[in-house]
Amino acid sequence: MTQQATDFTLDTAAELAEREQGPIEGRSPWYLAWRRLRRNYVALGSLVVFLLVVIACIGAPWYAEHVAGTGPNNTHLTDTITVNGEQVDVISAGGTVTDPNTGQITIKPVTVLGPQLWRADGKYVLGADTLGRDVAVRVLYGGRNSLLIGIVSALICTLVATILALIAGYFGGWSDWGITRTFDLIAALPVILLGIALGAALAINGFHHGPINIESGSLWIPILIISVILVAYVGRPLRGQILSLREKEFIEASIAQGSGPFRVMLGELLPNIASTILVFFTLIIANNILVEAALSFLGAGVQPPNPSWGTLISEGQERIRTAPWLTIVPGTAIVLTVVALNIFGDGLRDALDPRAKVRIEH
Amino acid sequence: MAAFIVRRSVGAILVLAAVSFITFAIFIVIPGGDPAERMAGKNATDENIANIRSTWGFDQPFYVQYGKMMQKVFSGDLISYTTQQNVIQEIKRGLPATISLAVGAAIIWLFFGVLVGVISAVTAGRWSDRGITILALIGISMPVFWLGILARYYLGPENAGIFPDGGYVPLTDNPAEWLYHMILPWFVLAVLFIGFYGRVLRSNILDSINEDYVRTAKAKGLHPRRVLLKHVLRNSMIPIVTLFALDFAGVIGGGAILTETVFDLQGVGQYAARSVRSLDLPPIMAVTLLGAFFIVFFNAIVDFVYAYLDPRIRPS
Repeated sequence: MTQQATDFTLDTAAELAEREQGPIEGRSPWYLAWRRLRRNYVALGSLVVFLLVVIACIGAPWYAEHVAGTGPNNTHLTDTITVNGEQVDVISAGGTVTDPNTGQITIKPVTVLGPQLWRADGKYVLGADTLGRDVAVRVLYGGRNSLLIGIVSALICTLVATILALIAGYFGGWSDWGITRTFDLIAALPVILLGIALGAALAINGFHHGPINIESGSLWIPILIISVILVAYVGRPLRGQILSLREKEFIEASIAQGSGPFRVMLGELLPNIASTILVFFTLIIANNILVEAALSFLGAGVQPPNPSWGTLISEGQERIRTAPWLTIVPGTAIVLTVVALNIFGDGLRDALDPRAKVRIEH
Repeated sequence: MAAFIVRRSVGAILVLAAVSFITFAIFIVIPGGDPAERMAGKNATDENIANIRSTWGFDQPFYVQYGKMMQKVFSGDLISYTTQQNVIQEIKRGLPATISLAVGAAIIWLFFGVLVGVISAVTAGRWSDRGITILALIGISMPVFWLGILARYYLGPENAGIFPDGGYVPLTDNPAEWLYHMILPWFVLAVLFIGFYGRVLRSNILDSINEDYVRTAKAKGLHPRRVLLKHVLRNSMIPIVTLFALDFAGVIGGGAILTETVFDLQGVGQYAARSVRSLDLPPIMAVTLLGAFFIVFFNAIVDFVYAYLDPRIRPS
């Protein structure tokens, strides 16, 4: 995964020119990074895996309609399906059975249809849940929510962190003091605890203050909570980078040319931290998917019956004895997605800056 | 150094005050949070609610309520809104389980994290390194509660029968049973940190192995193991020590909430999770403050130890 930095450091414009036996040409850092990334097959493979997960989740309605033939919230308590030509109950009723010969009474538990793979023509590929809903459909729809929350909260989080870090690093003084202390404060909060408290409280009535109106079941609740929680983790290292860039000659030159704060921040500082931001963005999506799962698991994230990978695990936990696939399937989806994102993020970091030390602390 | 300590302590107190105020404000701002209505139940009359409001002081201005709550936190008279039990007593009851979990898991993750990091750095590029790197990555990518649910079920009495089905036995009651009940939660909680520390340590070692002082040590003819342990590892461990202090604080201060809930350990984290579900402000406030205290306290210790070890960052 993390290939040795020394593999890359020689891959410069000068070395390229030598290999291609041409004159030394100016190459953009992005081109050089792409050349390094292109050779990292594990990272590229992970990107493909992640994109496949995204495409599968986007295609959830298609799968539901054309393959499974049922929606994510359609219950099938009394249905039967055909498996290998036999009629099978989706949910077979429990109760007591009396043996006619011995008169002995045995208790038959409720059984739920397990994963059928392709035996039932695409129905219940990954089994049913206790209400007869198709697990495969629910996992795909749940993935839409989990991925949406992960990606949007990562966008908001990196955007806010970048703006704050630019202001703190450029202006210094009081604004730096205020922003740094805010980061410290957020980092000192027991974040999972407060996230759960906020999520649980907002889940009842939503948030209605002034122009902001968020309904109780809205996905904006977990998105905003997660964004706030993680702002400090991205903002602190970015601010540090900007502080050191701020002292460089090219910034001084730009100011001497008469550039205003906006121009220096967006035209000079931002391009220099863009690669760090990109790496953080990738890794923080992975992290946010895990945080969303934790919040939803504790009942403070996505609210049922709206599925997400976290709520699906939470529903499955109670049924682990009779239907373990309800827990295993969504968890596997999380691990697959997060591993793919982490590997790709690592590769991206190595490619963009072989010597960078970007890291997300959990 | 004395001025440094004083300044850090003042800063820590300010941060704690801000944390408590934010926690309080969250519950004032959020509309579903009127405790009087919830305490009165479903069929309460307006009079009932007004009564509760005045006896519990919910009709007073928020800063008076805040002041009173803080006073109760420190005098130990904080009462839960829903169970009417003393919050500080409940937290004290949960602390042994939480501390057992945190200390045991911390020892495990530090030991295995360092082991994993050293092995994969020493064998960098070989199959053992790649295997360990992939395992570490999967470790940090797993939701801890999911791993916990699966481990509790598949290693529990109904399947493998190796471990008990959750629960906590106090150390003072039966040390053997305590250990037997704690092993699985320890490892489940430690998995994420093992992967994380292993990765960090691996890259730290690979960085410092190319430093001049390491070459000097090798040139002197020191045994490779001695170079690794005395020179490389000592330097690479500094960031790990920081991480360790902060993670340990985080776990004690509510970070183990998921592991405690999954294994039904009845610790502080599980108490907090239960209180959150009923939007019970006093326990949430107390647990949040406890967590923030640990985080701030260990932060200050890390800074202090750093300043002591490395004169360059000693504040002037």
